[in-house]
Amino acid sequence: MDIKRLVGMANDIARFYTAEPDHEVALDEIAGHITRFWDPRMRRALADHVAGGGEGLSDLAREAAKRVKLPVGSVL
Amino acid sequence: MIQTIRWKDLGTPARVSEKTVDLEVDGIAVTVPDGTSVLRAAAEAGISIPKLCATDSLEPFGSCRLCLVEIEGRKGYPASCTTPVTEGMVVHTQTTALAKIRRGVMELYISDHPLDCLTCSANGNCELQDMAGAVGLREVRYGYDGENHLKAEKDTSNPYFTFDPAKCIVCSRCVRACEETQGTFALTIDGRGFASMVSPGQKQDFMDSECVSCGACVQACPTATLMEKSVIDMGQPEHSVVTTCAYCGVGCSFRAEMKGNEIVRMVPDQNGQANRGHSCVKGRFAFGYAKHPDRITTPMIRAKITDPWKEVSWDEAISHAASEFKRIQSQHGRGAVGGITSSRCTNEETYLVQKLVRAAFGNNNVDTCARVCHSPTGYGLKATLGESAGTQSFDSVMKSDVVVVIGANPTDGHPVFGSRLKRRLREGAQLIVVDPRSIDLVDGPHVKAAFHLKLRPGTNVAVVNSLAHVIITEGLENAAFVAERCDTKEYAKWRAFISEDRNSPEALEEITGVPAAMVRGAARLYAQGGNGAIYYGLGVTEHSQGSTMVMGIANLAMATGNIGREGVGVNPLRGQNNVQGSCDMGSFPHELPGYRHVSDSITRGLFENAWGVKLEPEPGLRIPNMLDAAIDGSFRGIYIQGEDIAQSDPDTQHVTAALEAMECVVVQDLFLNETAKYAHVFLPGSSFLEKNGTFTNAERRISPVRKVMPALGGKEDWEATVALANALGYPMHYKHPSEIMDEIARLTPTFTGVSFARLDELGSIQWPCNEQAPDGTPTMHIDEFVRGKGRFVITEYVPTEERTSRKFPLILTTGRILSQYNVGAQTRRTANSMWHDEDRLEIHPSDAELRGIQEGQWVGIRSRAGETVLRARITERMQPGVVYTTFHFPESGANVITTDNSDWATNCPEYKVTAVQVEPVTQPSEWQQRFKRFSEEQAELLAKREAARA
Repeated sequence: MDIKRLVGMANDIARFYTAEPDHEVALDEIAGHITRFWDPRMRRALADHVAGGGEGLSDLAREAAKRVKLPVGSVL
Repeated sequence: MIQTIRWKDLGTPARVSEKTVDLEVDGIAVTVPDGTSVLRAAAEAGISIPKLCATDSLEPFGSCRLCLVEIEGRKGYPASCTTPVTEGMVVHTQTTALAKIRRGVMELYISDHPLDCLTCSANGNCELQDMAGAVGLREVRYGYDGENHLKAEKDTSNPYFTFDPAKCIVCSRCVRACEETQGTFALTIDGRGFASMVSPGQKQDFMDSECVSCGACVQACPTATLMEKSVIDMGQPEHSVVTTCAYCGVGCSFRAEMKGNEIVRMVPDQNGQANRGHSCVKGRFAFGYAKHPDRITTPMIRAKITDPWKEVSWDEAISHAASEFKRIQSQHGRGAVGGITSSRCTNEETYLVQKLVRAAFGNNNVDTCARVCHSPTGYGLKATLGESAGTQSFDSVMKSDVVVVIGANPTDGHPVFGSRLKRRLREGAQLIVVDPRSIDLVDGPHVKAAFHLKLRPGTNVAVVNSLAHVIITEGLENAAFVAERCDTKEYAKWRAFISEDRNSPEALEEITGVPAAMVRGAARLYAQGGNGAIYYGLGVTEHSQGSTMVMGIANLAMATGNIGREGVGVNPLRGQNNVQGSCDMGSFPHELPGYRHVSDSITRGLFENAWGVKLEPEPGLRIPNMLDAAIDGSFRGIYIQGEDIAQSDPDTQHVTAALEAMECVVVQDLFLNETAKYAHVFLPGSSFLEKNGTFTNAERRISPVRKVMPALGGKEDWEATVALANALGYPMHYKHPSEIMDEIARLTPTFTGVSFARLDELGSIQWPCNEQAPDGTPTMHIDEFVRGKGRFVITEYVPTEERTSRKFPLILTTGRILSQYNVGAQTRRTANSMWHDEDRLEIHPSDAELRGIQEGQWVGIRSRAGETVLRARITERMQPGVVYTTFHFPESGANVITTDNSDWATNCPEYKVTAVQVEPVTQPSEWQQRFKRFSEEQAELLAKREAARA
């Protein structure tokens, strides 16, 4: 997957939660959103990107991305 | 549900009153609601009083003097249409004196009417003829040689109906229908006395007048004065079938009036619960596409898109598609294929496509065109209210006191609802419009917005936040409603956020371009004006903050207690006929039918048991993700039913590159659409006239779609999906769409009580329909929200990344027009193109002058994504700095210039905000030249198929 596109998407999601006063809630919401709506290959690509430093991700998106659940038992 | 042609006209509209009145008509006791006319009371008792100017869709007028009656204790002969019933009234409808008067009236009418009944197009369905018979007219003492109108010129300018003033009896039904039903006021009675005649506009012909060709006047005409050209050509229909329109999300009910398998005309159903007997130019007249010569009715395959098409049998096409999908999955993994369901297809068909993807492909790579229109509605309303749907019936607007229209243009996009809204506004409801353009509702001859918040595109959330800020900081909220019905912890967080000065209209004025005082006025009106209802369209959803805006709207409604009863609510105006239904049916990659997440093991278990297959617990790819994955090589095959992503989706060049990268594109459609030009398998689609099923409109109303003619391609769409599933090795055994609906009802809690039999019984059903609501649910969230407590969500305004610059100083926004429908595949193949035969760029006079652009001149529109060329239309409807176009013609390339920016939550494209530059040019854009060449090549490849057949 085009990682630039995924980084942009993750940043867009994080931007929505910037007004959330509770930082922990914001992180969980961002990670939860990505887990619930992104296909496994997209989440894996994001995780790989974060593992490599997460260039282009906002601080909030980078921190939240570490909480994204990766698929378990999915063959996709 | 085959019916006869005529329906019983009760003469005047029904009245609603808790008080009833007892009276006697011709010795028969009748009880009717207070306010009912004597004419209607008699009709309800089975007594027909002769009439001409009265009809039950219009308020009584009392001009024809045929419906006179005698009432004991009253002098004279009052008109029964304009006389309301009173307690104990005794009415006589047939007396010698009345017979004489009526015959005299008819003599006068007929003395100035052509006596060509046998060759008249209304022969067999003419109220004048009927009345002549009813009153026993045997002679016309005045003769026919006096001054008359028999040589009046016929107006044939409208493509769908004629106006023959020679046959007009000046009953004013057409004029009143245009006023009351449609609300356009295009017709008038010109002249006085004998010179009186119906006139469109200022003695113009119909095409040059303000007439919007809704057909209400034709419907109302009791003679052949206004007559469908199809009836003139074909004669009177002999049976009718009630079905549901396949155009916009209003979902009008129509009687398809037939001669055998040929449609003579589509007439709005008086019993239609969504449209209440009204229609628009699309549903009423633009059905000719179903038999257009461009229809492809034989399956075709080809190895490469540069190959000629080869016509094959259904079996061969299906078997080829299935083997290709299986090959791709074996070589590239189970997730390398997917499907797209269509909002133009039935619930049963979309349900089957998503089932095929989940059960036969074994993944969740299914999405629908709602991705590019109302996916933020689904997300935003689910998050706040707990259900991904609008909260009201269309009828509800008649109880609204303040109507807020945001990012919608109902008189063009949802015309039948637009007419209901205008009627309510004429009755005195107040209107607030939030839109960058001056839509027709803002300042019409009979409706005017109290406030028009003419915001800059992309600043919706800033406006909705500033409205909420005023409501909260000025203490206009409904605190009791919030305390009782909403999550107070979330409310407190939101309240603190929205109260911040940065959300005030003054602080945001610079960003939105809307004067703070106007925002304050609008907020006060919405909060304090009585029942406040919000209606919104794609101007809300198709933004990078589309979902945020939907939640902002829900916040407003909850904060003011404007939810949970008639007259209020949050009402998304859905773009296509079955957007609601396709979403309900599990077309999104993360949700099973009924909006239940695929990770929910209990729900998944239900479907696994019913479908006999293990289901994937992870969400699949959305359409834009599929396209990205196609370009990176991990997605290689797709089954597209009834969609045209190469025209409708943003950043066309990205879409077509992705389609070109795929190894197996299967398109099922009526026509070789833009996407099909990139296909390897073409399966003939069936129009809504050729199949059974259901559509669900914007008010959650499930309405029957009934087959009126055989499927031209030999299969209804659901049958093709069944065949493909079977060929893929996943058995489907449905024999009729009713069995598919039965399965949906078994598996979806909100559909438990829905079946074809119940739909036949009730006409239509608004979901939820289950044990708690066996007849459906017109208004949602009455006692509590579906999610329990309503949830306020913080809606931070985040400016779009699509910014104007020196290079791209204007903002382009897109929309649609009354006569054309979305990608235009249907309406472009009808006479509707007489009203709109090309997409044009609307630009403000000052922007045009600055660039030296003249009206009608070719202009290049360049964005960061691409460039196209259209002709300019200079208009003050636009604000300076903003340009607008429609997207109904593929060669326009409107989506060549839209970008891949999208809603943060749903990836709904940001169609409504694209930074562009506009300048005069002398030739089409490079893309348009490439498009023309490619289209010609594809036409040749199609022609070779025909040559091979010959």
